[in-house]
Amino acid sequence: MKIHEFQAKGILRRFGAAVPQGKVIDDAAQAARICEDFGGRCVVKAQIHAGGRGKGGGVKVASSPSEAERLADEILGMQLVTHQTGPEGQQVRQVLIEEALEIDKELYLGVTLDRAAECPLLMASRSGGMDIEEVAQSDPDAILRELIDPLLGVLPFQCRRIASGLGFEGGTARQIQSIVASVVAAYLETDASLVEINPLMVDSKGDVYALDAKMNFDDNALFRQRDVVELRDVYEENPLEVEASEHGISYIKLDGSIGCMVNGAGLAMATMDIIKLYGAEPANFLDVGGSASQEAVASAFRIILSDPAVEAVLINIFGGIARTDRIARGVVAAIDELAADGTPVGVPVVVRLEGTNVEEGRDVLERADFDFLVADGMASAAERAVEALKTRVGRG
Amino acid sequence: MSILVGEGTRLIVQGITGREGLFHAMGCRDYGTDVVGGVTPGKGGSTVEGFPVWNSVERARRETGCNATLIFVPPPFAADAIMEAADAGVELIVCITEGIPVQDMVRVKAFLRGRNSRLLGPNCPGLITPGQAKVGIMPGHIHEAGNVGVISRSGTLTYEAVWQLTNEGLGQTTCVGIGGDPVNGTSFIDVLELFAEDEATEAVVLIGEIGGTAEEEAAAWIGEHLDIPVVGFIAGATAPPGRRMGHAGAIVAGGKGTAAEKKAALAAAGVLVVDSPAEMGARVAAALG
Repeated sequence: MKIHEFQAKGILRRFGAAVPQGKVIDDAAQAARICEDFGGRCVVKAQIHAGGRGKGGGVKVASSPSEAERLADEILGMQLVTHQTGPEGQQVRQVLIEEALEIDKELYLGVTLDRAAECPLLMASRSGGMDIEEVAQSDPDAILRELIDPLLGVLPFQCRRIASGLGFEGGTARQIQSIVASVVAAYLETDASLVEINPLMVDSKGDVYALDAKMNFDDNALFRQRDVVELRDVYEENPLEVEASEHGISYIKLDGSIGCMVNGAGLAMATMDIIKLYGAEPANFLDVGGSASQEAVASAFRIILSDPAVEAVLINIFGGIARTDRIARGVVAAIDELAADGTPVGVPVVVRLEGTNVEEGRDVLERADFDFLVADGMASAAERAVEALKTRVGRG
Repeated sequence: MSILVGEGTRLIVQGITGREGLFHAMGCRDYGTDVVGGVTPGKGGSTVEGFPVWNSVERARRETGCNATLIFVPPPFAADAIMEAADAGVELIVCITEGIPVQDMVRVKAFLRGRNSRLLGPNCPGLITPGQAKVGIMPGHIHEAGNVGVISRSGTLTYEAVWQLTNEGLGQTTCVGIGGDPVNGTSFIDVLELFAEDEATEAVVLIGEIGGTAEEEAAAWIGEHLDIPVVGFIAGATAPPGRRMGHAGAIVAGGKGTAAEKKAALAAAGVLVVDSPAEMGARVAAALG
């Protein structure tokens, strides 16, 4: 789960990190007053989940209260396009008005999971403002790394090593040590999957602030992070993906035209891959769950077909413990249910069923009123779906 | 021959009084696995479907001499269940549970260091030695005893591979699902080492997916140590970067963990990489002549 910058800064402040003063607003009329409180200069920052907001024109400096209001008005409501939003962009519904600080140095500080070491990894570099991936590519030695013992947390000597490695001493070094400890504590205690302060800034007086902040969270730990769940902003998420998650379906919208319905994440990815191999593009990733129940199949159909780009559907189910004939009956019932609801399935549906009782399963599909294209094996399923696509011109 | 499980496996099921736990305890028993009972804290002393239930793994181990456990405990309590089994000295711990917080698994891994238990999973289908023992949730009947070892991060995609093998007339020594989480107990390399020592295993199917570097590490190991044919498939070539594809561990992050990188590493190590998931079985058949 992702949250906004101002929310991440709120959490970090709670863990003792210094962040600039700021207020989040959804009405530009409030901007001038806040800017005045900050001494007549401020930064106006679009609050969307995607990164790259500055380059997209979503972060601007105002040197007067009236300019702050004008910029806030400009940014609020805009479709902000960044390298992470896709070409359609994301609508800005809130802006953060922050005091403008004099930046002397920009650093990077982040914590994430090191999958190979199987523990949290703290990273810091003097190249603040740059993507850490870019730094890792161009100058890997410029990144300071500290593995965090999951049972002990970050140790004081590690904080000192980071501060001196970044080239600081005295009061600034102590502030860096403190913010390192805060960031790691926030990561561990909120079940974050990523905390990133980029840039971490040092001002002309040598004081240290988290100028930007990003936090992502482990979805599997949300059951014990009620405060974090409260911060969820569903407007930032794809509505179909939200609906799918409510039905226990794992769905990710893609750009192609063949809708996929598969049981199991690995098989679902493999199905997307084989569609591509046969010359078409998958419209989505969709895992209906291991059992592929009738309810799950019906919901999955609704979700897949509400994407207007879908021109054919490929169902690939490996009936393991759940018997194939029962799954087939579920698929037929789901199609009947949709027709009865006045939303009949109007695109070709290729079905590949395999596993327990597969003969009976195929028989169920062939006897159904709906004209399924029944395939034998993954390759033929992909081939038939791609063919079905070619013989169609748009959705009728 | 086989690895990890076989005729000598004495299995308990943690979470045996839950719907899933009981269903699969019976499934394993029906397949022929020696399921000697189960554990549910607070329900010790009772019996379900002929399985004796104990309050703790320690007690179950003392009473039954179990050497393997299959865990169906819900995510908030699953890490504790794994550590309890390790503390009791159970040699093989197989955790089916999906959705365990990453930080719980990080702590579990720290706890397991220096202990003698092997953890498989979590978020995995378990493992099976066809004709001998099924310790997991896979459909037993698609398997056939034989000479191909299977290792995978996925569930149903593993069944797909096994089904292709069986249809090619190729049986399996042992099929091992290592699970789809970013932090898990047993790695590809751990299983490859066991297959390398197993005389019956004459070829291996390795099924990876996007995210992390486990396949790259496996490739390096295969290049140096393994001289039997390995057929590899990596799922997720079409997955968009930055998105988790169902499995918690299946994500291309910061341009790393792509299918292309993994396939290249495997191919460089001599692995027979197939681009189509429909060709796994046929490729093994061709390699074995």
